[in-house]
Amino acid sequence: MDRRGFLECMAWVGTGVVWTSAGGVLSSRTLAHAGEASAGGDFSFVQISDTHIGFTGEANKDVTRTLQEALTAVNALPTPPAFVLHTGDLTHAQKPGAFDAVAELLKTVRTERVFFVPGENDVFLDGGKEYLGRYGKGTAGGRGWQSFDYRGVHFIGLVNVLTYKADGLGSLGPEQLEWLEDDVRALPSSTPVVVFGHVPLWAVYPAWGWATGDSERALGYLRRFGSVTVLNGHIHQIMQKIEGGITFHTAMSTAFPQPAPGTASGPGPMKVPQDRLRRVLGLREVTYVQGRSALAVVDRPLA
Amino acid sequence: MKTRLLAGVALAALLALTASLRAPRPSDGATPETRIGIEHFTFLPPAMTVQAGTKVTWVNRDEETHTVTSAAGAFASPALEKGETFSYTFTAPGAYSYFCALHPYMKSTLTVQ
Repeated sequence: MDRRGFLECMAWVGTGVVWTSAGGVLSSRTLAHAGEASAGGDFSFVQISDTHIGFTGEANKDVTRTLQEALTAVNALPTPPAFVLHTGDLTHAQKPGAFDAVAELLKTVRTERVFFVPGENDVFLDGGKEYLGRYGKGTAGGRGWQSFDYRGVHFIGLVNVLTYKADGLGSLGPEQLEWLEDDVRALPSSTPVVVFGHVPLWAVYPAWGWATGDSERALGYLRRFGSVTVLNGHIHQIMQKIEGGITFHTAMSTAFPQPAPGTASGPGPMKVPQDRLRRVLGLREVTYVQGRSALAVVDRPLA
Repeated sequence: MKTRLLAGVALAALLALTASLRAPRPSDGATPETRIGIEHFTFLPPAMTVQAGTKVTWVNRDEETHTVTSAAGAFASPALEKGETFSYTFTAPGAYSYFCALHPYMKSTLTVQ
């Protein structure tokens, strides 16, 4: 390939990335914060993700402290969250003691309950034994996936890190997909649905494994619903995409940022200047207001 | 002149690469050994052939945590931080696919003859 051809190729890649990011800013910023509305069935909840307790790399020397800061921010929200969703990678590579440390830290958050789905860092070493021992109770067959209803909204927690296939993408697997089909079968299409999982359920960047191989089948069961909000972690940065009635949101980490797709040799921890770190870490507040189809998603950096 | 110099550098690099790809052979009863690097989210060299009985050692040179995990379950390293190594001695011939369990798109195959 000559130089000109190379530059054209780069421009094409660059355009793709900008398109994704621009879409994200648009959908994220135009949604009003609805914290003031608390009548009727309205409620809010919080998503935290990728706490990576046990990480000691250069990108953040104190991931415990930044998680504490995120939890302090949760406790300071004007509307206390009904519950908290943790979308995986509680630990960094299942480091000894990390699960205990996360559990202790999360005791300080003022909310009714914390729901979890695992990330690959939580299950790769033992196939999910420790994770499911702690958080599998009450999930479908103890396998980690689950659903619950809260004030008319149907929540579905999916596990896409237990059966990585040769393509290197996240995978839900046939058993979970059948469960999902059953789970939503009887729901009226007007029911707002929130799906949460670790690896994105849309193809953010398959070359880095930032996609779920069999997510199309899962989304197929959800397309008839008027409002589906999909919340993911894994990529440690905010991105959004709207596809019909389905809105996809990836979240910030509380531990360290990762590079934008294709801008580095791999999806590792990205070191940013110390005074910038807390602007790329944070949490997400999601508010449901009865009568409005879309949920309001607000990403809140630590600083 | 410049072109010749570049060609020389390229040839040297090629020779170095060929040397690193050459499989070690058993000699004098000692266990043959070889190393595979993990750098920039890649197993280097990306594919390798060794003789049965070879001890293969992977060394993680990335800042990021990686693993060396057999797709068929033959071996699985713990989390490897920068500078940490994992070794496995291959006794049975075959093609061994493996990946990084934390970045499953990082894949490689080791052939044992």
